[in-house]
Amino acid sequence: MILPRRRLVLLAACCAVSPAVATPADVAALIQVLVGDAPLKDGLIHLDLPVMVENGNSVAMTVSVADPPSPVEAIHVFAEGNPLPLVAVFRFGPRSGAPRVTTRMRLATSQTVIAIAKLRDGTCWRDSIDLLVTLAACIDQA
Amino acid sequence: MVRVLVNVPKQIAANAPFDVKVLISHPMESGQRRDQLGQAIPRDIINHFICTLDGETVLDADFFPAIAANPFLSFSVVAEKSGTLALTFTDDHGVTQTELVAITVT
Amino acid sequence: MNRLPALAVAALLLIGASDRRSGYDDASPDTRAMQDDDAANPAFLWVQQGEALWSEPAGTTGKSCATCHGDVTTLRGAATRYPAFDPQRGRLVTMEQRINLCRTDHMGAPALAWDDDRLLSLSALVGLQSRGMPLAVEPREPFLSEGAALFRERMGQLNLSCAQCHEERAGESLGGSVIPQGHPNGYPEYRLEWQGLGSLYRRLRNCMVGVRAEPFSPDSREAAVLALFLAVRANGMRVETPAVRP
Repeated sequence: MILPRRRLVLLAACCAVSPAVATPADVAALIQVLVGDAPLKDGLIHLDLPVMVENGNSVAMTVSVADPPSPVEAIHVFAEGNPLPLVAVFRFGPRSGAPRVTTRMRLATSQTVIAIAKLRDGTCWRDSIDLLVTLAACIDQA
Repeated sequence: MVRVLVNVPKQIAANAPFDVKVLISHPMESGQRRDQLGQAIPRDIINHFICTLDGETVLDADFFPAIAANPFLSFSVVAEKSGTLALTFTDDHGVTQTELVAITVT
Repeated sequence: MNRLPALAVAALLLIGASDRRSGYDDASPDTRAMQDDDAANPAFLWVQQGEALWSEPAGTTGKSCATCHGDVTTLRGAATRYPAFDPQRGRLVTMEQRINLCRTDHMGAPALAWDDDRLLSLSALVGLQSRGMPLAVEPREPFLSEGAALFRERMGQLNLSCAQCHEERAGESLGGSVIPQGHPNGYPEYRLEWQGLGSLYRRLRNCMVGVRAEPFSPDSREAAVLALFLAVRANGMRVETPAVRP
């Protein structure tokens, strides 16, 4: 459990050096490291983001797993078109009331956002959203 | 000291999940921006957040620069009895701050 | 005395009172949700700071806001009347300037810069006391007519007036964004674009920079009369301070 996470951080650090935008391949590689040999299926986890984003600076995002068959250990969120592919990792402890978190994220451009839930039984679940970002036309230069 | 707003329900029932909402005043400087002279603005974000209830973990989160400025978090907690929520976050300079919020379970 | 200019302004406006839309009405459901929940509205981080500053002594007299005003709730309705004419000074005063005049005249403290977080915090706290109340700004002349003229004056390299976007093309799109009618009923407000709280002046400045004009200085007569015109144009609309906008 600890080792893959360290590898993940290392990968993120490598990506941070390059000024380029993350690619679907980068995210796929990160997910491969995270999931390993465990089965990865679509479903169970729900990623909630608006399909049309008014302003990429602050976009409400909710990730949740309804009625998981085994406790949710962590939810990882990735953005394929941001400068950095990692958005957040949420780990749920014994005092968590439900595997659900709402936060606000940045979106650099129209892209696919992916959430992966890792359950204690070793299964991994995936949801994704393709969204359109219509940036504000007037940029604050003042 | 960073300004923090924590919102918990006034009425909490034992073993019934309730939502906590948190706002933290922080620019979450992504490290991707440049100033007007073209100099890169160094990254400065809150990179870790953990909420515990009387020492037991509720939520443990890693943040990356894709988290918006003035981060907002809403998550679910379950309590058996009255206690204290501790919300601790750490920035890129290693500075840690903790907010304590008493909850009353009836 | 006051009725005539108000009528004149009404005649100048293309947008009728019943067609007025707050920026809230043009915002996305998510942005509206941010404003609807005080626990999710980041502007309340500034309100919280304002509450702390309210009773914190500043300046040589050792006075705080609370020394004279008591509880901040006594200022309920105050923000609905600004900008207001100050008879002593013979000029218009915005809410931010009023707070600064309190500091310089009564507290012996230096005025705060227009974009100082402390000034924004205090004006957000005071504005919040009037939330839900209708704007009721005095249509004072000659400032109102000056403001109305300025609203229609083309400026900058793009040679655009405020009215060309925020009246004639309000509701249409600029890029992917809806052009709002430009009502000042939510300031200071949290803009996603700014990732922070900002004043009406900051918004005016953005527009002026946008059309590549030289921005009016924050304490100029132009900035004050334009703020007055916008406020009178929005009279009767509900205060939303601290609003959230894209």
